[in-house]
Amino acid sequence: MLYNLSSDMFPAGDRKPLEIVVKRKAFRTSSGALSEVLRDVSLTIESGKVYALVGPSGSGKTTLLRIIIGLDKDFEGSIVMPQKPRIGMVFQEPRLLPWRSVFDNLRLAAPQAGDKEIVEIAADLGLSEHLKHFPGELSLGLARRVALARAFVVKPDLLVLDEPFVSLDILLAERLRDELATLVERTQVTTLLVTHGIEEAVRLADSILLLGGRPTGIMARIDIKTPRHAMTDAYAAEIQAQIGAIFAAAS
Amino acid sequence: MLRVLSLLILIAIWQIIATMANSLLLPEPAAVLGTMVREARSGALFFNLGMTLARVVVSFGIAMLFGTLFGIAMGRNRTLDKLADPWLVVLLNLPALVIIVLAYIWIGLTETAAIIAVALNKLPNTTVTIREGARALDPGLQEMATMFAMPWQTRFRHVLLPQLAPYIAAATRSGLSLVWKIVLVAELLGRPNGIGFEIYTAFQLFDVKLLLAYALPFIAIMLGIEALVVQPFERHVSRWRQKAA
Repeated sequence: MLYNLSSDMFPAGDRKPLEIVVKRKAFRTSSGALSEVLRDVSLTIESGKVYALVGPSGSGKTTLLRIIIGLDKDFEGSIVMPQKPRIGMVFQEPRLLPWRSVFDNLRLAAPQAGDKEIVEIAADLGLSEHLKHFPGELSLGLARRVALARAFVVKPDLLVLDEPFVSLDILLAERLRDELATLVERTQVTTLLVTHGIEEAVRLADSILLLGGRPTGIMARIDIKTPRHAMTDAYAAEIQAQIGAIFAAAS
Repeated sequence: MLRVLSLLILIAIWQIIATMANSLLLPEPAAVLGTMVREARSGALFFNLGMTLARVVVSFGIAMLFGTLFGIAMGRNRTLDKLADPWLVVLLNLPALVIIVLAYIWIGLTETAAIIAVALNKLPNTTVTIREGARALDPGLQEMATMFAMPWQTRFRHVLLPQLAPYIAAATRSGLSLVWKIVLVAELLGRPNGIGFEIYTAFQLFDVKLLLAYALPFIAIMLGIEALVVQPFERHVSRWRQKAA
């Protein structure tokens, strides 16, 4: 199925890495007190690699993500990007324009993309039949695919995924995960995945950052040496167990 | 079809009461129709209908344009909202008559004064409705538009307007009927033509036939605008909703 996207569409090149340093991020609670969410989180994102931020719900994953993509500027620290990357964003909810067709949703996100490219990327994600549909006519799984296609049509330098498989049933989530893995492999796009699912992190990422503690910091970093397509179930299970043990020890 | 039947019943009741009353003060439907045809033949009916309609369209357009802009601004900006809200409340509670008379006194008995007065009457109404819409905008879509670096034209047309469309439709619907009633008052007080002026003339002559001959066609026109412009517009902007499962 996945034959259209090629890595030359997404020139990863010899870009310098993104340096992210969050010294401190605090929210003011309703009582007026400051509540610290993140402390001393630093990560380097090298181009062409896939990173997974993994942590339990409420650990500040989404907060960190919003800082990285520039939607939250109220923090102490710095985000150093060699040049402003084009970000392909997949939010937790699909966030499609309900009054526009699937095709128009893709078109409006990437006005510079040709019709052919849009149709091809949609086909890669199994959306060929649905280009004329309105988002309200789609299941959540399909809407997620549209959101994913939208992130790819902009030819991102950085693909950012916030819990892209949450609230899908297991089979659907696994299928979408494998398709995403193939797409990422093919395009070599630098990817940042935020998730609480350990398995999807293991299956997709080159590098897994475990978030935890209070305030949240990076507890551990696990690099996966095996290429994604060569990963055996046994090896995946081994790493999952290792991560599970780290989280268990922390709590 | 029930609507037509309902209208026919209304006319029948009118006929019965008129026959029983047998008075110049309540003419029969046929007599009113006769006056209507006479006024139409002389061209006076169309001229006055046209003048009133033009005033309705211009003042309604101005009120909708500025009301929408103010509504969006106040819905998006809290400081501005707090600053301008008392003005809005004052304007909302100022009787139409007071605004019209003041406009005529301050600006003079001119077309401009009439249009401004009518627009000012409708403006706070539109502002309040659109402000509700602007407050209810989906921040998720806003962020999406930011992340995909959509230019402001795209944001305005494809992200903002569709979200405001139901509120704009509501303001249009309540606005048209409000505006045309206020235009008649403005005409009655200070214009040399239009339905309002003719009604004033009819009042001085106690000519109920003439009064109804002018009022009824205009109601018909407003019903036509509602059915042929407002409702199709509403259907158009909500077509994605109807198709949704």
